Amino acid sequence: MSEALCREGAAWVSAVTGTRWVGVIGLEVHAQLATNSKLFCSCEVRFGAPPNSLTCPVCTGQPGSLPVLNAAALGLAVRTALAVGADVAAESKFDRKHYFYCDIPKNYQISQYDRPFCTGGGIRLASGRFVRLTRIHLEEDAGKAIHDRGEHTLVDLNRAGVALIESVSEADLETPEEAVEYLEALKEIIRYAGAGEADMEKGQLRCDVNVSVRPEGEAWRTKVEIKNLNSFRHVREALEYEIPRQIEAYESGESARLPRQETRLFDASAGVTRTMRTKEEARDYRYFTEPDLPPITLTEAFVERQRGLLCELPQARRRRYREELGLSEYDARVLTGTREVADYFEAVARLCGRPKEAANWVANDLSRALADPEVAAGSIDELPVKPFDLAELIELVAAGTINTTGAREVLGLMVAGSGSPREIVAERGLEQVDDEASLEAWCREALEGREQVAADVRAGRTKAIGAVVGPVMKASGGKANPQRVREILLRLIAEDDQPRP
Amino acid sequence: MTGAEGADACDLRAAILAGERSAAETLEASLAAIEERDGELGAFLSVERDTARARAIELDRRRAADPGAAAGALFGVPVAVKANLCMEGVTTPCGSRMLANYRAPYTATCVRRLLDADAIVVGVTNMDEFAMGSSSEHSAFGPTRNPWDLTRAPGGSSSGSAAAVAAGMVPVALGSDTGGSVRQPAALCGVGGFKPTYGRVSRHGLIAFGSSLDQVGPLARSVRDLERILGVISGHDPLDATSLPLPPIEPERPDRPERLDGLRVGVAAEYVGADLDAEVRTAVEAALEKLEELGAEAVEVRLPHTVHAIPTYYVVATAEASSNLARFDGVGFGARTEGDGSLQGMFAATREGAFGDEVKRRILLGTFVLSEGYHDAWYGRALRVRALLRRDFERAFEKVDVICGPTSPTPAFPLGERAGDPLAMYASDTLTVPTSLAGLPAVSVPCGFASGAADSPLPVGLQIIGPALADARVLRVAAAFESATEHHRPAPTSAGDGR
Repeated sequence: MSEALCREGAAWVSAVTGTRWVGVIGLEVHAQLATNSKLFCSCEVRFGAPPNSLTCPVCTGQPGSLPVLNAAALGLAVRTALAVGADVAAESKFDRKHYFYCDIPKNYQISQYDRPFCTGGGIRLASGRFVRLTRIHLEEDAGKAIHDRGEHTLVDLNRAGVALIESVSEADLETPEEAVEYLEALKEIIRYAGAGEADMEKGQLRCDVNVSVRPEGEAWRTKVEIKNLNSFRHVREALEYEIPRQIEAYESGESARLPRQETRLFDASAGVTRTMRTKEEARDYRYFTEPDLPPITLTEAFVERQRGLLCELPQARRRRYREELGLSEYDARVLTGTREVADYFEAVARLCGRPKEAANWVANDLSRALADPEVAAGSIDELPVKPFDLAELIELVAAGTINTTGAREVLGLMVAGSGSPREIVAERGLEQVDDEASLEAWCREALEGREQVAADVRAGRTKAIGAVVGPVMKASGGKANPQRVREILLRLIAEDDQPRP
Repeated sequence: MTGAEGADACDLRAAILAGERSAAETLEASLAAIEERDGELGAFLSVERDTARARAIELDRRRAADPGAAAGALFGVPVAVKANLCMEGVTTPCGSRMLANYRAPYTATCVRRLLDADAIVVGVTNMDEFAMGSSSEHSAFGPTRNPWDLTRAPGGSSSGSAAAVAAGMVPVALGSDTGGSVRQPAALCGVGGFKPTYGRVSRHGLIAFGSSLDQVGPLARSVRDLERILGVISGHDPLDATSLPLPPIEPERPDRPERLDGLRVGVAAEYVGADLDAEVRTAVEAALEKLEELGAEAVEVRLPHTVHAIPTYYVVATAEASSNLARFDGVGFGARTEGDGSLQGMFAATREGAFGDEVKRRILLGTFVLSEGYHDAWYGRALRVRALLRRDFERAFEKVDVICGPTSPTPAFPLGERAGDPLAMYASDTLTVPTSLAGLPAVSVPCGFASGAADSPLPVGLQIIGPALADARVLRVAAAFESATEHHRPAPTSAGDGR
């Protein structure tokens, strides 16, 4: 950004004219659906397989081959649509979108043009801004053209025909930060819906940006499309470059520089966008209804079945955790980080009936274990500690069988795969000592020479007792029940106050 | 000849199963007939002698090992297959330089079903390039000649299939019909040809021309053979999403198959207009009288939008063709010309070099009618007219059971006569295109002869059209007509007579 522009909140303010400029941003996001097979054939979908090993006559576009819709893909697409509160069309259709390129074997892509399966819906940002979705449609992915391996272009069709959903937002976003937040939210929803992994590194999520600028309050101006954005960071950087570029062009007043309707490519190494093709070179896709596929008819029963398969979404879960379970916003956020962790937490809470304790153990101790490279668990489901085990541990603490310190030790052993909490406690003799005689002996010992504590307690400062509890715990090897210790200490101090017989 | 004069596929199968002849002998007779006649006819693009012989031997061996075992509905029957139907290991050139050496990695459902019914595929037949044409003259491999008169066209685009059946080289063949490509050559070659209701025969493995119109159909010398083939190839196919979820077409079996009492036969003024050849008119009128003799009642119907059928068809079919043929770009299969070394250069050079003029004409037309700014005026309007044509038929079929008329406005025309005049060529399909646009079942059966040059008669075809899904009814009417007439019996005399 040149020095002539200065960012103030959502606006870019010109030092020259004083104009407050804002961005107008819409996103088109392609997400691969996590189906076992491709959208129109039974070829396996897998990342990293040898080139062209996952292909058949249909996805290589052999003459005479015909597409047959994969119902599983339709289910996942509908689930995503429901997750963003969109309207699912009872009837929609496929269309052919034509352009010549070596990575699309038929030289047309089967997509949805004027009657997508889903319209409306949207995503709410933290600021409260609601980003409307125009539509979501189903389409097939292209293959990959590889240009950097020698003289010839190589084509890998493993990806050709993989199921995609394209979500098109309204131009409701204003800043690069909002664009990234929207993408993160959409990614989270797709993952929660079980529709896809949405991993940008693996190309499972791809994004094109439409952006224009305008002085605050004024009408929209010419938009530019930016392609080749391979990460959320690229999206942010491209917008951080493109928005000031357009503003400066308008401010310069030079007609040759004015933004024109065009497609630009983001060059990540240089951090700039460059013209790819202008409106005059725009493609005519010659859409028409795909004659090889009948219209998609979605019955109410099908849609409701998908709704039933849709789990509660992260935003709703966070609200419920705060309002119904009394958890902090921080814990709610940690627990909904992934669907697996949230589901895990809920299972533990349900099994032990103690949501706060469950939250503490999952959000703190278990998350730490998950982050530990030595544990090497890819997800919470891979830990040897199952929700049932953790619930049992929480119950052991609640019942006073072990104290919290002991429980941490037990959890460490559980993570290492040493067995159920009850087994570990029994094997290692970690039960709390509740035996009155032992506890009293440790307490008397600890009170020796600590007359000041006794005096403070008698004077009503009962908190002072803590200074004696520690030594008792230590003497017991951590196994004393701290609650009982406290009670015995108070009794002994009180007794000491009585006239001795 | 197939060795048994006048024998159809049903007869041949019965004779093989009765032990009167072997599958190998039957095949050899067919191969000998091809050897003898195909040099001048040009019906076949390839003859699969080795695989066919191996298969015949295998069938005979199977039969010898267990004479009581179930035998397929086409056991030992030699069949020819149009060059746009894929068969693993066999070249499927589609009448084009583009696919001259294309070997499909899979087998079309209809071919698979023929094989499963123990038929023997003897060869691949000539056709207009990508099924675009009505005379075989658009084949990149030279024309096929009409067995009745070698100077004339056999019709098209299933030219080789019609000629092969007419000349007795095979009893039955598969063709494909987009705007009349089974029925018109059947009519011009004097054999039966059937186009099923759209969706009754799988298109999986049929190289697409106009996807919403294309249907695979049989050609044969008897109606019962048409029924036999349809019983094998029709029925739902999960590999074709437009395939109807219905069982195979079963013949209707009335008490008195030779009678048509109570049948209401529609006659449309639009089908017997002024353009009709006088001898075709005479033959068709005689056929209608014959149907009345059999107990049918002739009822006048109106099909007012017929006049728009050809323009509508040439918008819809070319639009779909421009899309379907986009895949031939030199990348993954088919011909390739490198051009200037760029990707777009290779696409352009490949398509420029390997497509013939008619295919290019249709791709250009189809690209134009789908392009931005023209899409609605052309393609959109054509779809609306298509709906009107469909409604014409729906209304007519409220009053009648079938509609009868000529298949082609003229008998076989001389090769070269229309080759340079696309519109004249397109007019050959005037009477078959409306049913294609409406997706209806229709058959062409021989109904007489026109006088050709010298003493060679030229066959005339009667078209019988039914409402959607009434495939079996159409065939029953055809069978009754066939049993009451002798038009299907004459065979073209041997080579050279027509010259």
